[in-house]
Amino acid sequence: MVIDFILLFFVVVCAVASVSMKDLLGSVMILGAYSLLMALLWTRYNSVDVAFTEAAVGAGITTVLLIAALSRTFRHEEDPEKPGQSIFPWLTRIARLIPLGVVMLTGAVLIYGTLDMPNFSDPAAPANLHVAPYYIEKSVPETGSINFVTAILASYRGYDTLGEVTVIFTAGICVLILLRRRFHG
Amino acid sequence: MAEHVIIKTVSRLMIPFIQLFSLYVIAHGELGPGGGFQGGVILGASFILYAMVFGLEEGRKRISRKASDFFSPTGLFIYAVIGIFCILGGGLYLEYDRLPLIGDEILASQLGIYGIEIGVGITVSAVMTTLFFEMARRDDD
Repeated sequence: MVIDFILLFFVVVCAVASVSMKDLLGSVMILGAYSLLMALLWTRYNSVDVAFTEAAVGAGITTVLLIAALSRTFRHEEDPEKPGQSIFPWLTRIARLIPLGVVMLTGAVLIYGTLDMPNFSDPAAPANLHVAPYYIEKSVPETGSINFVTAILASYRGYDTLGEVTVIFTAGICVLILLRRRFHG
Repeated sequence: MAEHVIIKTVSRLMIPFIQLFSLYVIAHGELGPGGGFQGGVILGASFILYAMVFGLEEGRKRISRKASDFFSPTGLFIYAVIGIFCILGGGLYLEYDRLPLIGDEILASQLGIYGIEIGVGITVSAVMTTLFFEMARRDDD
């Protein structure tokens, strides 16, 4: 329980730090640490497959791809407005507070929404009564796969996984179309 | 990174183990955490690590543009063709129990899942490698 709160605290610290930093390379690094902490949290909740994906994709590949993208642009964020440039400085200052208000309001609504949710790992929760018992009981005799996350992804939801692979392939094709150097002559 | 001896030595030592681990993750998707996607990402990451440490040109010697372009659609093709084999065996699309010439339904299902995991792994690793090589800036463009 204590370690959950410690991990969550560091997740929040990483999120705030990555947004507030001006050095974009440092920001990307902190996002990698954020993903690794999220992977630890998923492991705490016994969802090891999600944790594995988060560690490999979030902390590994995404960091590298963002750094690669950063190599095509500038490392430091520019200050959006310089002091003395605006006609009404107080108006700019108020306008800067609007996003904060929107975020606080959305966060409050979301927290209010969680009050209706069932307790964590409640066996009577609707999510645990729908198809989950079927998969737990039938996945081994029906598919022969011991890890029923794989059984769901590859067998029961095989169309979705085919769609996901198509999405990844399409992303690769799009990057090729946009960025690959043309052959001249 | 021409002069970084430690980084070069360590990554030269680590890359075979990273690739072996990625193959393990792909092959053991049925038994433990992981699967084609995660294993493919790790395999792609090993190529990216090589290219980051030894340079893009050196990296392209190991996995050429032709190879990554060839393997990106190949995995998807394997996945889709396994589904068509299921139709030929008298089942629905991607109904692995009905894969022809195997007989046992459980074995057919396991082999079908293995097959698509390998397909996913091939496509994901090739696309991740492609993404990095095309996004990282070269000095001459």
